[in-house]
Amino acid sequence: MDGVGLHKRLEANSGLLIFGILLVSAIGGLVQVLPSIFQDSLVAPTAQTTPYDPSELIGRDIYIREGCGVCHSQQVRPLLAEIKRYGPYSRAGESAYDRPFLWGSKRTGPDLHRIGGRYSDEWHRLHLIDPRSVVPNSIMPAYPWLAERPANRGPDVRRRMRALQALGHPYSEAEIAAAPAALAGLMEIDALIAYLQGLGATLNAGGFDQASRTAPSTREQRPHSADGGDAHFAPEAAG
Amino acid sequence: MAVEQAAGRALRPAGVYHDRAVTALVLCSVVWALLGMLAGLYVAAELVWPEIDFGREWLSYGRLRTLHTNAVIFGFGVSALMGTAFYSVQRTCHVPLFAPRLAWFCCIGWQLGMLAGGLSLLAGWNAGKEYAELEWPFDIAIAVVWVCFAVVFFGTIAKRRIQPIYVSNWFYGALIIVIAMLHIVNSLAVPVGLSKSYSLFAGAQDAIVQWWYGHNAVGFLLTGGFLGMLYYFLPKHADRPIWSYRLSIVAFWSFTYAYIWAGPHHLHYNAIPEWVQSLGMVMSLVLLAPSWATMVNGVMTVAGAWEKLKTDPALKFIVLSLAFYGLATFEGPMMSIKSVNVVSHFTDWTIGHVHSGALGWNAMITFGTFYFLVPRLMGAPLHSVRLANIHFWLALAGTMLYILAMWGAGVSQGLLWLSLDEIGELSFSFKDIMASMAPYYALRLAAGLIFFAGVLLLAFNLFMTVKGRRTIAVAPPKTTGF
Ligand code: HEM
Ligand code: HEM
Repeated sequence: MDGVGLHKRLEANSGLLIFGILLVSAIGGLVQVLPSIFQDSLVAPTAQTTPYDPSELIGRDIYIREGCGVCHSQQVRPLLAEIKRYGPYSRAGESAYDRPFLWGSKRTGPDLHRIGGRYSDEWHRLHLIDPRSVVPNSIMPAYPWLAERPANRGPDVRRRMRALQALGHPYSEAEIAAAPAALAGLMEIDALIAYLQGLGATLNAGGFDQASRTAPSTREQRPHSADGGDAHFAPEAAG
Repeated sequence: MAVEQAAGRALRPAGVYHDRAVTALVLCSVVWALLGMLAGLYVAAELVWPEIDFGREWLSYGRLRTLHTNAVIFGFGVSALMGTAFYSVQRTCHVPLFAPRLAWFCCIGWQLGMLAGGLSLLAGWNAGKEYAELEWPFDIAIAVVWVCFAVVFFGTIAKRRIQPIYVSNWFYGALIIVIAMLHIVNSLAVPVGLSKSYSLFAGAQDAIVQWWYGHNAVGFLLTGGFLGMLYYFLPKHADRPIWSYRLSIVAFWSFTYAYIWAGPHHLHYNAIPEWVQSLGMVMSLVLLAPSWATMVNGVMTVAGAWEKLKTDPALKFIVLSLAFYGLATFEGPMMSIKSVNVVSHFTDWTIGHVHSGALGWNAMITFGTFYFLVPRLMGAPLHSVRLANIHFWLALAGTMLYILAMWGAGVSQGLLWLSLDEIGELSFSFKDIMASMAPYYALRLAAGLIFFAGVLLLAFNLFMTVKGRRTIAVAPPKTTGF
């Protein structure tokens, strides 16, 4: 029987067609996606990566809520120009506590993965409330309401931390119990700034200087292995 | 014609086709087109005049842009796909819909879900994954409606009175099955309250799962689903059978097989394993073949119906959409090549690519289909062919201007960001590059206005066609092919 004849059979049987589609479309996922899900090294935190503290966590959730990620990436590619502009390129393990990941797909504004420590808290506050007061021709939206609302709005921070704990983030019971106190008196804007100041901060402080020494010599990639081979970028290895 | 070739013994007509839900879905789709593109216009304007959110959360760019993408893809796109799937599956099977009440449930459930979902996005409920921003209560609602959609669709196929399952149904079928699979896996999350959840996957794994979903939402919804529309309405309209049956088989299976692999081209040079990126790139290049095979099949099907093309705006829309389909599916594989993606990734080039697909392909084929379909549903001529012709030119001009503006913006961003001077320092600051985008963004806004003016004409034209009329009752042919 030729191919067309065979296909005629498939076409005459809806069960077979459904099964065929399911099978054929699943292959790619099984071969390509499934191994990544079981590859633990992909989500093994780097030596500097720690779970978000309560204010950072709330700040991150605000970042998601406001859709900051539609304009800002958090992924420095291993290209010379990007490393020069933003800092050490992004490693898989740095996102180990990111649910969801926020690497982004569009840079209407600059990348933020290394923003921590670049500006003062006060600069961020002015910038978030009125971006054009510090960057005259910025097209970023203003977020005045963040300064008017307490950081502990919405689902309780302990519930958030418990959910993450259940997913394997190493929060201790004491940390969770102390979380509401850590947020006391903070406004949403403070939490968001805490989150931003934490992004890449340890690396900016020199943790990754091995990375800049071995920066790619061309603007093309230097092959980086995301599967655990990043260990030599950890500060211990960097000496 | 071949699509509904009916040979064999005569049977009693099995009732009439259930088309009222089709009409409802088509009209809802038009409303979503208006709402979604209005939101698109507004965010385009915000990139020119950032103050026009007036400090209001729900007008804020990050929320409104999310509403834009959801309203156009899931409101406009899915309503159109569901409506045309219900219409064509009855005609290609020669039976009325299976479980028509369930079809109504799909229609109403989807509209209410999207309406509430859209409002929730404005309220800041956001799961944070592109094209899967709706929070978990909506994810569940979507899954329920989708399963009902599957029951109605495959139920109708199961009771068909024509033996072969026509090719448009393979594509609609793949849309239903694959989107269900992607949606369920990618939405897995641990809820903390109604408005918030944390993804089951973290970091790099989440990224891989997300773009397996994201790329194939494009693949099986914006491409595959609309190919179903193409395979039914193009031959129907041109009044000729599909040019090559063999080519459609090959294109369908290679498309279904290959698309799934291509997701990682959204993550080139990101922190995921090298082999995943390379595989994604290769499979994206492979995709050029089935994509263009389908385009050739479509173009050859209309070849010989060129006379009709001159006078019939609906057919013009469909043929032009094929051209943009060809453009987007050529550009896509090129952008998947890592050395091209280095420049295009993160820039407005991607936005241009998206809209050459979204405006040129998805929106245009839907417009063409609606201009063809609504008069048939009403049993009355289109209110104004002249307005439809004007719409055609507005749509073409708007799309072209949009793409050109974004190519200009994207290529300059990409190159200027990477540009180093002779001593290896960055040539331009980010702020200066951003500021130089102003003219392109203004041009895109103009393009959007032109395109939107066309959509207003469409809405008016279809409204006048439907006004004061009811969906007519059509019975399946009396003969059948079993
Ligand atoms: C009047 C017409 C439209 C206008 C003015 C418009 C405008 C926009 C704008 C300004 C953005 C944000 C770009 C950025 O982040 O820099 C956007 C994104 C997007 N639009 Fe539209 N749009 C229109 C129609 C459509 C249609 C009909 C569709 C789909 C069927 C669509 C799908 C999308 C998608 C998927 C994105 C996200 C792209 C990405 O994240 O890469 N748009 N649109
Ligand atoms: C063979 C076909 C295609 C291939 C290989 C392809 C490839 C690509 C690539 C490489 C990107 C850029 C990813 C990045 O750098 O971030 C992209 C983005 C995109 N493409 Fe395509 N494309 C194809 C066809 C289409 C079609 C027909 C549409 C229909 C609308 C479409 C819609 C999109 C969307 C919405 C995005 C933006 C995703 C995001 O970043 O938010 N593509 N595509």
